[in-house]
Amino acid sequence: MSSIRFPAPDPAILARREEIVVGLARIVPPGCLVTGLDERRAFETDALTAYRSVPLAVVLPRSTQETAAVLRYCHGAGVKVTPRGAGTSLSGGAIPQEDSVVVALTKMTRVLDVDYANRVARVEAGVTNLGISDAVAADGFFYAPDPSSQLACTIGGNIGMNSGGAHCLKYGVTTNNVLGVTMVLIDGTIVEIGGDWLDAPGYDLLGLIVGHEGQLGIVTEATVRILRQAENARPVLFGFASSEAAGACVADIIAAGIVPVAIEFMDKLAIEICEAFARAGYPLDAGALLIVEVEGSEAEMDAQLRRIVAIAERHGVTTVRESKSAMETAAIWKGRKSAFGATGRVADYICMDGTAPLGQLARVLKRTDEIVRSYGLRVANVFHAGDGNMHPLIMYNVNDPAEQEKAEKAGEDILKFCVEVGGCLTGEHGVGVEKRDLMPRQFTVDDLAQQMRARAAFDETWLLNSAKVFPLEGRAA
Amino acid sequence: MIFAPHSEDELVDCVRTARARKSALRIVGGGTRQALGRPVAPPATLSTKNLAGVTLYEPGEMVVAARAGTPLADVESLVAAHDQMLPFAPMDHRRLLASAGASTIGAVAACAISGSRRISHGAARDSLIGVRFVNGLAQAIKSGGRVMKNVTGLDLVKLQAGAFGALGVLSEVTFKLLPRPESAATLVLRGLDDTRAVDALSRGLGSPFEVSGAAHLPAGVGAESARTLLRIENFADSVAYRLGELQKIVGAGEVLDDAATASLWCDIGDVAFFAGDGRVVWRVSTAPSRAPDFVRLAQRAGPLAHFYDWGGGLVWLAMSAEGDAGAGMVRAVVAQVGGHATLVRAPADVRARVDVFQPLPASVMRLQRALKASFDPDRLFNPGLMYDGV
Repeated sequence: MSSIRFPAPDPAILARREEIVVGLARIVPPGCLVTGLDERRAFETDALTAYRSVPLAVVLPRSTQETAAVLRYCHGAGVKVTPRGAGTSLSGGAIPQEDSVVVALTKMTRVLDVDYANRVARVEAGVTNLGISDAVAADGFFYAPDPSSQLACTIGGNIGMNSGGAHCLKYGVTTNNVLGVTMVLIDGTIVEIGGDWLDAPGYDLLGLIVGHEGQLGIVTEATVRILRQAENARPVLFGFASSEAAGACVADIIAAGIVPVAIEFMDKLAIEICEAFARAGYPLDAGALLIVEVEGSEAEMDAQLRRIVAIAERHGVTTVRESKSAMETAAIWKGRKSAFGATGRVADYICMDGTAPLGQLARVLKRTDEIVRSYGLRVANVFHAGDGNMHPLIMYNVNDPAEQEKAEKAGEDILKFCVEVGGCLTGEHGVGVEKRDLMPRQFTVDDLAQQMRARAAFDETWLLNSAKVFPLEGRAA
Repeated sequence: MIFAPHSEDELVDCVRTARARKSALRIVGGGTRQALGRPVAPPATLSTKNLAGVTLYEPGEMVVAARAGTPLADVESLVAAHDQMLPFAPMDHRRLLASAGASTIGAVAACAISGSRRISHGAARDSLIGVRFVNGLAQAIKSGGRVMKNVTGLDLVKLQAGAFGALGVLSEVTFKLLPRPESAATLVLRGLDDTRAVDALSRGLGSPFEVSGAAHLPAGVGAESARTLLRIENFADSVAYRLGELQKIVGAGEVLDDAATASLWCDIGDVAFFAGDGRVVWRVSTAPSRAPDFVRLAQRAGPLAHFYDWGGGLVWLAMSAEGDAGAGMVRAVVAQVGGHATLVRAPADVRARVDVFQPLPASVMRLQRALKASFDPDRLFNPGLMYDGV
């Protein structure tokens, strides 16, 4: 892929690389500074692997203070900074520029405090998403947002992208589960926003910071809500003859006043791919599959399922299969959460992330299929149906540049259609570089200029992750 | 002068006119919260009363959009007809502030008005998924939209929630909804002191039974004896089951039915216990487990009435309006315990004298000023309402 343009690196900065490395080496010890070409290559891309560029250097700070010193130095030296968590961004949010320094928080992985009485945890930004849940699981608690990459992705990255997950239909996304952050601004200023209480005074800076895509500063610590696990959870598989029937069933479940913890959707191709990988017992004869998860006591789950089954029957459900054991539950979720990885074993793919209004799901699915087919490619659909967040996986051959371009074009067409029907470009993966140039499809010039002015209130130098989110042309300071 | 535009285009024209005349605007919705914030008197008023009407309601998508001046009650009754609700149960300030009028949906968004369900269903800002507003450059701007999962661009929606109009005049807001629970009940524990009460609330909230209201009313607040309250809302069978399980964790108590639950939580959310007297009222947000310490320290300075919502994390205090109305003491205790305090009710002369909103650290205040300048460089909208200079 090469259709997304990065700004040309500043030759003056590239020429000063030695000096910049020396400057950084004065701040952090050798174990926290990556300078060798081969080592730097490990940071050249993220999960949007088609794009890569090797940064000037990589710093791995161990504390907020060290992060502040690094940013202060970069600010003073006029060097761009690319913040990075685990590098799992699907939108290229962590891809560096050649004239930038990567600041990766992978050494800041401590859970600093767990406070059950107040149901919060204080963590360093490099702790993994699952690491938080693991730290509190023995006591029956969990951290709710659960992106598929939760084993690897960091809470700092989640805050950067406002990550979602399968269970956010009930529990919300990152922005609904973070109460406070420590953030370092580009000039090295350390700010504390929020805390272990439920709201903060002044403008809602926390609301702006979550989802900032590394544009406003570097979050080094966070206070997150932890919740008590439900008594039990049970996923149920519902097979349907067609995607349309499954989509209509989702809308009726919601309209009936039932909000399950999760409603996940897979089309026929996704079912085949995931079943081959996870052996979860997905119905291979179905045209579409819903995984509906309910929570509560056994009796409560039974009651809720009765309601849902009655609705599914009205839509001609062909298979209903409840998980009967923890192992089955794990297999069902393994299949869903490894959908991207499993697809990757079959073909190269790009993953879209548009959201459509629930009432438009069936229409968008149909149009997605038509669009991809018109480019002569195949698409597997697996997504969070309860909130309309779609993930078409467009399959292509990465070694065929013409096919790559077709795949990217098909993806663009799908996202444009999502916006057209009242949805948006990205539900949870972020804009990054991937959707940067599509932003004018969703926003007017004035909309974008307002966002850019708000951004510049934090970083007027535009040194932070500056190749991302906003189209390169027409940038307002 | 009063502007009362009928459309977003007219609103843009009003702001353009105000900008040309360098005339700041006081933004008014239904007028029920005029006494919130620092007293400011810009030369002109901008009313959203003619920007009314629901623009989108999709029960199957649990989403409603309305022009900013739409009365909140209209939105609530429309969605209630489909057994849905605004999840965060916004506080009605009329009783506490002795005001009249009809609160607007735009004010609920702009002032980020949440209620008792904050602990379980999120705040107003969590349900707000889209805004349209006019900035200080007289440009109509949108952020967010009508879908509940949307990370496209910076989240200006959250920024508008709680900015009290200072970052733009909202013209349309979009909220996500939830099904209205089939049934509700409240478990009442009697006679607990503050510390034991907050402990009981924490245990309830730390249970898997989805407590949607957790408050403690000390003796003398609404009743003679202290009451610790835990609300469950769900399908009727689940409410019965969960009340039983909850009592195994927090102890046995009496149970209030649907109607009693509705009226009691309305009083709690609206701070009705402190209505109709001359005391000032402070709202303190802190960590639940430290809230009783907060009250103990505050009580050393003089007599006050108090109660807790949000599992203890929201403390309402009523005290004498004399002197600085307790500002010095409250802020000192906040500094010690953590959190922040807002002077929600006080005579205008008091609100002119003392900080109404929690003073911010210089580094955070710098960001607030820079943001204000990025939305409203000429300081047209509600200047000084929250803080001097923004």
